Amino acid sequence: MALECKHVWDYISEFLDDSLPAATRELVQKHLETCEICSAILDSTRNILILTADDRVFELPAGYSQRLHARLEREIHGANSRPEKPIQNRDILDQD
Amino acid sequence: MSIADASSQTRDEAQMIAAILAGDRDLYHRLIQPYELSVYRMAMSFVKNETEAEDVAQEAFLKALHNLANFRAESKFSTWLISITLNEARRWLRRQRTVRMESLDDPPEEGGKVSPALLRDWREIPSESLERKEVRALLQEAIGHLSLIYREVLVLRDIEELSIEETAGALAISISSVKVRLHRARIMLQKELAPKLKQRIPNKRRWLSWR
Repeated sequence: MALECKHVWDYISEFLDDSLPAATRELVQKHLETCEICSAILDSTRNILILTADDRVFELPAGYSQRLHARLEREIHGANSRPEKPIQNRDILDQD
Repeated sequence: MSIADASSQTRDEAQMIAAILAGDRDLYHRLIQPYELSVYRMAMSFVKNETEAEDVAQEAFLKALHNLANFRAESKFSTWLISITLNEARRWLRRQRTVRMESLDDPPEEGGKVSPALLRDWREIPSESLERKEVRALLQEAIGHLSLIYREVLVLRDIEELSIEETAGALAISISSVKVRLHRARIMLQKELAPKLKQRIPNKRRWLSWR
């Protein structure tokens, strides 16, 4: 059974994650060998995800680390500067 | 470095946390050091502004410090920190919601199909192109254009390199939801970015073959 392009598109994400069942993967692979549009879609998606994950996309602002540790330092040693109201665990983990 | 890479470094975080709770609070600086970029990057992909992202990141690290006693050793510190960061980012978005008229209500999950941008050929765009500010800006914008439910999954899975299972755990959604959302997020990203990148990045080979 041959796959149509629009069905191949549904499998692109799982194809990239290598999580398709072997038989489906083979069908997709076969289609990709002969369809330049679908293989261009697959290649571009893979390429774009690699670029997106690159550390350079979101760079730390200058001084970020120093400011963060300075703030933490005040918190760690300034026992008197605790927040007036203790922060409850549900405040940080609730989803409301 | 992704948060997955950071948390796979060989160091005993449970022991560090126990020491911090026992009074060696300075150790907290070292505990969080490998996660500085990941937490900022997660914040940045939600708030879209460097100063605000830095505030969200600082708040997340402070919350983690204040709540360290509630950390349960059976989970990974990195996963716990992700939950706190996501919550800080969501809290920030809720505060902005009325200002920006942006709804946080999840759009229909399975509604409609997402189709990729159709191209006939794709020449690999090298990662050196990220040296260009406009290319980085294009990628940041495209992530920002995704609805929250897609952005979260994409950031955790494709940028922070968590597994499908870890992503599901951090967002408290099912594995099949992660897969569906991830697929849609990736295709939406391709749809927006492929034509733009193809246009912006000069195709040297084609130019040479013109002669």
